[in-house]
Amino acid sequence: MNPTLVRLLALIKKELQVVIGDKQSLRLLIAPVILQLAIFPFAATLEVKNNTIFVLDRDGGPVATELIERLAHTRAFDQVRRLRGEADAREVIDRQDALLVLHIGPHFSERALAGKPEPVQAILDGRRSNSGQIALSYVQSILSGIPVGSALDPSVVPVVVRHWYNPNLDYFRFILPSLVAMIATFSALIVTAMSVAREREQGTLDQLLVSPLVPWMLFIGKATPALIVAIIQTTIILVGSVFGYGVEFRGSLLSLYLCLVPYVFALAGVGLFISTVCSTQQQAFLGVFLCLMPFILLSGFVTPVDNMPELLQKLTWANPVRHFIAIAKGIYLKGSLLSDFRDNLIALGCIGTVTISVSLALFQRRLS
Amino acid sequence: MNDPRRLFALIEKETLQIVRDPSTLLISLLFPVVLMLVFGAGISLDSSVVRLGVLNQDGSPASVRLVDTFRNTPGFRLYDGRSVEELGDRLRAGRIQGFVVIRSDLGRRAATGPTSGPMIQVITDGAEPNGANFVAAYAQGATAVWAAQEQARRGASPAALRGSFSLETRAWFNPSTKSRNSLLPGSVTIIMTVVGALLTALVVAREWERGTMEALLAAGISRVELVVSKLVPYFVLGLLAFTICIAMTHLLFEVPLRGSLLTLYFVGAAFLCSALGTGLLISTLLRTQYNAAQVALNVAFLPGLMLSGFVFEIRSMPLPIQAVSAIIPARYFVTAMQTVAQAGDVWSVLSRSLFGLTLAAVGFLGLTLLNTKRRLE
Repeated sequence: MNPTLVRLLALIKKELQVVIGDKQSLRLLIAPVILQLAIFPFAATLEVKNNTIFVLDRDGGPVATELIERLAHTRAFDQVRRLRGEADAREVIDRQDALLVLHIGPHFSERALAGKPEPVQAILDGRRSNSGQIALSYVQSILSGIPVGSALDPSVVPVVVRHWYNPNLDYFRFILPSLVAMIATFSALIVTAMSVAREREQGTLDQLLVSPLVPWMLFIGKATPALIVAIIQTTIILVGSVFGYGVEFRGSLLSLYLCLVPYVFALAGVGLFISTVCSTQQQAFLGVFLCLMPFILLSGFVTPVDNMPELLQKLTWANPVRHFIAIAKGIYLKGSLLSDFRDNLIALGCIGTVTISVSLALFQRRLS
Repeated sequence: MNDPRRLFALIEKETLQIVRDPSTLLISLLFPVVLMLVFGAGISLDSSVVRLGVLNQDGSPASVRLVDTFRNTPGFRLYDGRSVEELGDRLRAGRIQGFVVIRSDLGRRAATGPTSGPMIQVITDGAEPNGANFVAAYAQGATAVWAAQEQARRGASPAALRGSFSLETRAWFNPSTKSRNSLLPGSVTIIMTVVGALLTALVVAREWERGTMEALLAAGISRVELVVSKLVPYFVLGLLAFTICIAMTHLLFEVPLRGSLLTLYFVGAAFLCSALGTGLLISTLLRTQYNAAQVALNVAFLPGLMLSGFVFEIRSMPLPIQAVSAIIPARYFVTAMQTVAQAGDVWSVLSRSLFGLTLAAVGFLGLTLLNTKRRLE
């Protein structure tokens, strides 16, 4: 066999031993994946459920009763409670018992029957503004379902809304592909960034440097274990989400795994860069975190990229996680093709190339 | 046994260690600044611009007016599609967030009045549920505006224009319902978790790795002294980071602060203790930096992001998950921060949060003490 290849394989084997060699490390790579797979898809929801809605009914007439009756039958509110006065409203909102308080005026039914309905007042807890607005839209749709006066409003235009890829807008469908990206990110970045710093701290870096391995081979030696870990973790999540959660995988499995290569390449570049500017493991880990947090927060995982200011949206092109989340979501949920992600793949390649060149340059300068 | 001078000497040693390794200091002070900027500018649940495709299969004047209504609605950026297939491809590639198809009989049916069956189809990208909801709501709103204008155009009598029920909304504490106002105080939790738990986990694990911890314990220092000496400098550092967060939230991003500063710091200090406790416990149990780092990430940071109610609503989670979130200190801190910032010192909420935080702090620190002993024997 080619001696270079033998050396490379030996290096990869050595690196793998460090990452998954002992039981504690292996457990630490696998257990969190399973735990996150079990908990996060349930947790990550922006739906509004199981809330108590409080109603201050000053009217007591038939239309108000009808409205309250209908509210009680929605998923968002499992309980409808009545309030006696304005002071109570203050109390339940302050204590976060209520997300929403509806105030129905004294002549509500009378006016509604006369065809001149007066508005229902809704007070919501601004601390939970997003949930409050979602709850409000439920109330709004209930209100518009109640006929005013005698006949249905003729101006109602039949609009049919269809949500492709996720007809019921289930959040776990949305979160599972992102989880694939997230978990691969953590380990790939940590594995590469910590490994150089650890060698330096333990003094083994010098030994590596006097070995006949050239810098780019060292890089491949450090990046391959990260890729292997990422593939294992991705597979666990994919198996769990297809068989455990029953979310159909619409695209090509091969494409997704292929995309992991440029992704890990980009991450390993970032990891390598961190480890060349840090001198201890502690610094390296904190450096990983300093990069990881903005990467995750600005990736579209927590809130959509589209909601960010324009300038920031452009900056996120330098964020590898953003690209891979788009890819994972697209291939998994929408059956997207590789060609849909040409720009993303190019961006990943650029991120990897730039970070690796810079870190190799820094590395060589330090050596001489 | 308990010589205060020795304790001070230990604390001094820890403080010197922090000051002499500028990376610790840099991270704990730079981190809050960077993250607050990221949170403040990048995290929003308020949709700004919706990229919407339109396909007008009709072409009648009424349908053109409908497209114009969409075009003139703030918040839409329209893309004229040529076919359903083309728009479908764009949706799949994520270039648009949804599209509207106007059926070919819209003009005819709009002229004759009430109808049944769909005339307008709205397709959204369900892979982004929050965005899909916005698209659907916006599209229905724009259609309703158009429908009202068409009716007025036909010269419908005022009776036909009879109003429907409407909602008049007031959002207490946050009248503009900017999601940033609630997200930013919550995001302080994430930053404090990182500074508190992650930093201590690493620092103390390093001492175990190098064997200096054993050396200290062998020198006859009690466990309490050891834990306190580790706690105090990082507590001070944490409070500094907390101050940076608060200053940026309040002064730079103009999130109101309705409660008192004293209450805010009280809550912050309680959470900091629980975070430091988590970090100390992790490092005591694992003793290597690499593993401590991994665990700190999974035990402190991720639950802080996912299960604290900072973005994702706890009440909407299934009951077992809600039970899990109850043992996560970050959850209590998020509630307390949001309340102090936006509602003021509401003690009925704060006392519950403080109780949870104190319990967590005492629990983690107690477990650390127990494990320090066992490990040495």
